[in-house]
Amino acid sequence: MKNELVNLVNITKSYDGQMVLDDLNLYIRENEFLTLLGPSGCGKTTTLRILGGFEKPDKGQVVFDGQDITNLPPNKRNLNTVFQKYALFTHMTIAENIAFGLKIKNKSKAYINDKIKYALKLVNLDGFEHRMPDSLSGGQQQRIAIARAIVNEPKLLLLDEPLGALDLKLRQDMQYELIRLKNELGITFIYVTHDQEEALTMSDTIVVMNQGYIQQIGTPESIYNEPENAFVADFIGDSNIIGATMIQDRLVEILGARFACVDEGFGENQPVDVVIRPEDVELVAPEEGSIQGTVTHLIFKGVHYEMEVTAHGFEWLVQSTKMCPIGTKVGIKVDPFNIQIMNKPESEDEEAVGVNE
Amino acid sequence: MNRKLLSAPFIFWSTLFIIVPLCMVFYYGLTDKSGAFSLENIAAIATPEHSKALWEALKLSFISTIICLLLAYPLAMILANLNVNQNSFIVLIFVLPMWMNFLLRTLAWQTLLEKTGVINSILNALNLPTLNIINTPTAIVLGMVYNFLPFMVLPLYNVLVKIDKNVINAARDLGANGFQTFCKIIFPLSLPGMFSGITMVFVPALTTFVISKILGGSKILLIGNVIEQEFTQTGNWHLGSGLSIVLMLFIILNMVISTVTDKEGEVNTL
Repeated sequence: MKNELVNLVNITKSYDGQMVLDDLNLYIRENEFLTLLGPSGCGKTTTLRILGGFEKPDKGQVVFDGQDITNLPPNKRNLNTVFQKYALFTHMTIAENIAFGLKIKNKSKAYINDKIKYALKLVNLDGFEHRMPDSLSGGQQQRIAIARAIVNEPKLLLLDEPLGALDLKLRQDMQYELIRLKNELGITFIYVTHDQEEALTMSDTIVVMNQGYIQQIGTPESIYNEPENAFVADFIGDSNIIGATMIQDRLVEILGARFACVDEGFGENQPVDVVIRPEDVELVAPEEGSIQGTVTHLIFKGVHYEMEVTAHGFEWLVQSTKMCPIGTKVGIKVDPFNIQIMNKPESEDEEAVGVNE
Repeated sequence: MNRKLLSAPFIFWSTLFIIVPLCMVFYYGLTDKSGAFSLENIAAIATPEHSKALWEALKLSFISTIICLLLAYPLAMILANLNVNQNSFIVLIFVLPMWMNFLLRTLAWQTLLEKTGVINSILNALNLPTLNIINTPTAIVLGMVYNFLPFMVLPLYNVLVKIDKNVINAARDLGANGFQTFCKIIFPLSLPGMFSGITMVFVPALTTFVISKILGGSKILLIGNVIEQEFTQTGNWHLGSGLSIVLMLFIILNMVISTVTDKEGEVNTL
């Protein structure tokens, strides 16, 4: 197990009586690429701003590299932030932008010049020293913002939806770029985004947040394949979330039909939620399926067809490379290990899960 | 429809009330009483009486501009950091006096500052030494600052409020303390508004004759007063126009300096 670099302990924060973070606990290991993922207003940006020193938590502690930094101003923290809309200094050249932090630290001219060259090479923008920020494209400005942060050799880089303002193609390129940078530099990254695909692509660890609570912490695979509750399942990718009854271990009743599954320990005749990913729903001949239904919608998506099948009063979302025309009677089959069983949330607030200890 | 037609009323207006009068000023300024071309009205600025008035006007408007800047900058910074509801109230307090007539405001200061005026009556009643600043340059500067301060606050506020909070956060994040952030980020980014404010205060202060007449008595003559007298009392339009042209040169000089110093090109050229 690698060392813990950051530890957020019992962080609570509210604005005007509105609770944004409620008793949040989270640690980040050294050299980890950790993503805070959630819809807007879930508290992910606030968490990042507390780490950066731009907000003070009402309660709780921020421990960084073994030191309590809760009350340190941003300029006294050995970490840097890449802001959502670049926040470059428009009255300075690219070189002056990158040199800003180093000049404040009174580094020598030669050292600064070397660092500027190195940083520009790292973000593939050699020769841009004397350009002004406004003459650069969005993607280039974002790379300069990253260069400006990393020349200070922070232990931790905070990224606040840095790709949010870029178009799709550029965003995908930059995702690979960021992974490469992280591996080359060996800096710990904390990345905030509401884009689940971005999170799945880049992260070592994903923290799914909603309404100030951590919903689930895990690797991209575990978050996608084994969501712990309906919110996570719904937020990460497309999914069919259906109320069901756990008859006994390894047997669940969904919409009146019994399905074999692999989960145990939920008790007998217990109400649960099941998640079935649309790509895991198999459409077969009616008599072969566990449930029979009719195709009601059909959309071609490029890689696959997306279909809606109405069966036992539920609209199943199905993704398949095989096409079934609208009106076709089909049977629905699901492999046991593709059925993910989750406890029903007992109340709205308890959608939140305890935190990883 | 020809879109250019839409500008016709404005072109008509500006020709009649700006271009024609300006041509007349140049005509009178560059001719003598017989109508022959002459530079003597321009050269008249060199006489001790006129150059003293010009120097006095430059000096007082310069001092007023500096004082306005020193008062307005902190205020604009405070305003820019408040949320919208709070700052609209403070802006209102600030702009409120401007809803009153300029002359009335200046006359009110005269009443306040007079030897037997409101302030001195109160000081007398309290057995304190009286204030004797009426009819001095101090009173004129006070009047200029009071009347022109909003013209400095508003352009400064406009640029400061537009600075992205994350740009300031980024500077802090990169290790700058509050003072360094101000010197290296906030101040340079506010320069366009500052130059705009300087022009908007310096130009009316340089040309005013009302403030100096009311608060300076007849003791202190600014170049504005001299020009006014040439038109209204002496009736020498040629000399008045000639001195006006000289004054215009100083105003143009001020604007050129502002524009050259301002790389962004955001200055409101008046």
